[in-house]
Amino acid sequence: MFLVISTLVAYNYKNKRAGWRAASSGGGRTREPPRESESFTLQLFRGRLEPAQVFPYPDVLNEEQRDTLTQLVPPVERFFREVNDPARNDTDANISPETLSALWELGAFGLQVPTDLGGMGLSNTQYARLVEVVGAHDLGVGITLGAHQSIGFKGILLFGDEAQRAKYLPRVTGGEYAAFCLTEPSSGSDAGSIKTRAELAPDGKHYILNGSKIWISNGGIAEIMTVFAQTPIQKDGKTVDKVTAFIVERSFGGVSNGPPENKMGIKCSNTAEVYYEDVRVPLENVLGGVGNGFKVAMNILNNGRFGMAAALAGTQRSCIAQAAQHAATRRQFGKTLAEFGTIQEKLARMAVLQYVTETLAYVVSGNMDAGCRDYHLEAAVSKVFASEAAWTVCDEAIQVLGGMGFMKATGLERVLRDLRIFRIFEGTNEILRLFVALTGIQYAGSHLMELQRAFKNPTANLGLIFSEAGRRAARSVGLGAPAELRPLVADELRIEAQRLAQCVAAHGEAVEAALRRYGRAVVDQQFLLNRLASSAICAYTSAAVLSRASRAATRGLPSAAQELQLAAAWCNEAADRIDTDLRACREGSGGQGAQWTRLAALGQRVAAEGAQLTTNPLGI
Amino acid sequence: MSRVLVGVKRVIDYAVKIRVKPDKSGVVTDGVKHSMNPFDEIAIEEAVRLKEKKLASEVIAVSCGPAQSQETLRTALAMGADRAIHVEVGASEFNTMQPIHVSKILAKLAQDEKADIVIVGKQAIDDDSNQTAQMTAAMLDWPQGTFASKVEKTDAGLTVTREIDGGLETIKTKLPAVISADLRLNEPRYATLPNIMKAKKKPLKKVTAKDLGVDLTPRIKVVSVEDPPVRQAGSIIPDVDTLVAKLKEGGHI
Repeated sequence: MFLVISTLVAYNYKNKRAGWRAASSGGGRTREPPRESESFTLQLFRGRLEPAQVFPYPDVLNEEQRDTLTQLVPPVERFFREVNDPARNDTDANISPETLSALWELGAFGLQVPTDLGGMGLSNTQYARLVEVVGAHDLGVGITLGAHQSIGFKGILLFGDEAQRAKYLPRVTGGEYAAFCLTEPSSGSDAGSIKTRAELAPDGKHYILNGSKIWISNGGIAEIMTVFAQTPIQKDGKTVDKVTAFIVERSFGGVSNGPPENKMGIKCSNTAEVYYEDVRVPLENVLGGVGNGFKVAMNILNNGRFGMAAALAGTQRSCIAQAAQHAATRRQFGKTLAEFGTIQEKLARMAVLQYVTETLAYVVSGNMDAGCRDYHLEAAVSKVFASEAAWTVCDEAIQVLGGMGFMKATGLERVLRDLRIFRIFEGTNEILRLFVALTGIQYAGSHLMELQRAFKNPTANLGLIFSEAGRRAARSVGLGAPAELRPLVADELRIEAQRLAQCVAAHGEAVEAALRRYGRAVVDQQFLLNRLASSAICAYTSAAVLSRASRAATRGLPSAAQELQLAAAWCNEAADRIDTDLRACREGSGGQGAQWTRLAALGQRVAAEGAQLTTNPLGI
Repeated sequence: MSRVLVGVKRVIDYAVKIRVKPDKSGVVTDGVKHSMNPFDEIAIEEAVRLKEKKLASEVIAVSCGPAQSQETLRTALAMGADRAIHVEVGASEFNTMQPIHVSKILAKLAQDEKADIVIVGKQAIDDDSNQTAQMTAAMLDWPQGTFASKVEKTDAGLTVTREIDGGLETIKTKLPAVISADLRLNEPRYATLPNIMKAKKKPLKKVTAKDLGVDLTPRIKVVSVEDPPVRQAGSIIPDVDTLVAKLKEGGHI
C-alpha cells in the first residue's frame, strides 16, 4: 500500500491546462456553467463559507447501527488488549498465525463488505469507530487490515460488476488476502508514469500483464490484487496508453514476489515487491472499464482515507493517556509534572490535536454515509492533518515521559516508528497539499471565468454581477463576515466563528490575487500553493471543531465545557496561522516573494552540489 | 442431553478505577464501563462447551437487572447461548437486590425451563457474595458443586473437581445440580463480530420478578458506602511487651 497519489495532481494538471485553454480561446463558445459544490474547502477558495457539509456536525447512525456499534466495540478492544501482542509483532516483524486466524474469525477483514457476501456490512462511520480501536493498539496490524479492505479490494466494492463481486468478495472475507498494486520503482507520486503494461492477447479474451510493483502492503501474502497497468486504447483514430485497473489472482500464474522489506515501522505488516511475468488476466477481470484506471485509483484512495484519520485519532488517544498518567504521578522539584506550565502546554496541545483529528475523521465519514459526493478535499485534509498531528502527539508523549519514553518497554518508540510512514504513503502529504490547493484554485478559477464572461455581456448577467459586486463591496469595507455562521455556533464560540468567516473571505481574495498575478502558471508556484493549502487546512479544521463543539453544547454533553475550550484553543491559533500564510502570499513588502526566490535557489544549489553548500567554519 | 441455565451479571468492568459517589450512597456507575462478571463468562463458556460436546441440548442465559443487562445477555448469546431471559429489575431495586432474591429467581426459572444444570460464576466481582449458587441449590433442593475447576458429565451425573483451601476435592453429584464456576474451569472464548450479529436474531424474553412470584422487597438498607481508610504508616516496635500494650491501646485485644 505504499501507494502514492499523483494521479490526482497529474489529473488536475491536465484538466486545468485544458480547461483554461478552452475558456480563454474565445468568448463565443458556449460552455457549461461551473458546477456548484457543497464542499467547504472548494467554496473556501472562492471566499465563500459553505456550511452544508460541516454544520451541524453529522449524526448519521440510526438506532440500530448505533446499537450494533455499541456491541462491536468491546470485543475488538478486548482482542487488542488481551490477544494481540504489538511488541512481539514488531520484534518478530510478522503477525503470528494464531493472531491472524483470530482476526479472521473476529470478522476484522471484511468490515464493510455486505453481509450476504461474507462481511459485516458496516457503514463508514461504524468502520471508523472500530479502526480507532485498532489504531490505539497496533498500527502494524492496522495496515495489514487496511491494505486488505480499505484499498486492497475496495475497488471491487466500488466498481466491481455483479460477477466480480459475487466471485471475489466471499473470497476476500473468507481467508484470502488482498493488495493494492500501483507504485513502481520509477513511479511513486507520479503514478501516471507507471510502466506495467497489459496488452490484449491474440485470443482477444485475455490481457497479458507484465511489470513490477514496489512497496506493496500484503504483497507477499495477497492472493487477490488490484493491479494498475497501461493499456493501449484507440482514441480519435490513434493508439494511446491509458491506465486500466485489473483484478489479478496469484493463481493466474506468472505472479511472484520479493522478500518482506525491512522497515522502520509497521514491521509486522508485510511489504514486498510484486512481479508480473506474462500473467494472463481474463477480460472479465477489468475493473471499472478499460482506460479508467486513474479514476478507479483515485476513488479507491479517496474512499479509504477517512479510515486513516480514525485510526490515528485512536493512536493519539493512547499516547495522551500514557503521557497524562505519567505527568500526574511523576514528581520532580516537589511537584507533579502536571503542575508545571511547560507540561500543561504539552498535554493541552496534544489534546487539541487529537480532538481535531477525531473531529475530521467523523465529519468525513459522516458526510460519506450521508451520500455527499464532494468529500475528496476534506478527506485529503484529514489524512494530512491526522498523520502530522499523530507524529507530534507521539513525539511529545515520549518527551513528557523523558528517559522512560525512549525505552522500548514503554511502547511509545514503536508507535513513533509506526507513525512515520503515514506522512508518506497513500499520497504524500506534500502531494495532497498541492492537490487541495490546485483543485481549490481550479474551482475558483472556473467561477472567475464565469464572472469575466458575465462582464463581457453585462445586460444578460446583471444578477450575477450585482451579487458579486455586493459581496466584494461588503468585503472591502470589512463587512465581510457573513452573519450565517454565528447562528450555527455556540455562544461561547462566536468570536472564533467571526474570525473564521473573515479568514474565509481573505482566503478567497488571496486566491483571486494569485490567479490575477500568475494565471495558468500558478500551478507551478509551489511556495504559494503550499501556503494556500495550509490556510485551507486551518480553515476547514476550524469549521469542523466549531461544529462539533457547538453540537456538544447544544446537546449538553458532559464533555461540552471541555470541547468548547478545545475548539477555542484550536481556532484562535489557526486563525493566526491563516493570517500569516495569506500575508506571505501577497505581493510586495507584505509578501514572502523574495524569501521564496532565495529558498528556491538555495534548494536547487544543494541538489546540484549533492551536499551542504559549505564546508565547516574551520575550513578543515 | 441436559438443558443448561446460566446466570450472568452485569458488573463494573474489572479494569475500571472505582469511585465512590460524593453522597456516599454507592459507587459511580453512570458512564462507567460495564461488562459481564468474569466468572459468569467462564460459566457461559462451560455451558457452551457442554453443548459443543453434545452433552447439553440448550443453553439459556439469564440476567437480573435494569435494561442495560440486555447488553450482557447479548454477549452471552454471542458466545453461544441459544436464548436469553432478562428479568427486568428497576434501578433502585437492583441496588438492594441480594443473592437471596436472585437465587429464588433462578430456582423458579430452573423449574419453569426444566433445566438440568444451573451454572453461575462463583461470585460477582462487585459484591463478592459467593452465595447465589449455594442458595439456589438449597431452594431447589439440588446437589451443588461450587468452586468448580473441572466438570465432567457421566452417565450417573456430574463429576466436579472443586478448588478448596487444602487443594482439590472431587465430588460426584446426580442431576439436576447447581455448579459455580471458578477461575481455572476454562478460558472463555472471545465474542466474534459475526457472532454478535447472529446473536441479534436469537430470542430474548423479558419477564419481571413479580411474574416469577419473587418478592424483591429489600432485606438490607445501604447506610453508607465509603472508600477504605487510607492505610496508616506502620511503626517498628522494640519488644513484645510494647506490642501487647499498643494492641490493648488500640482496642484490638
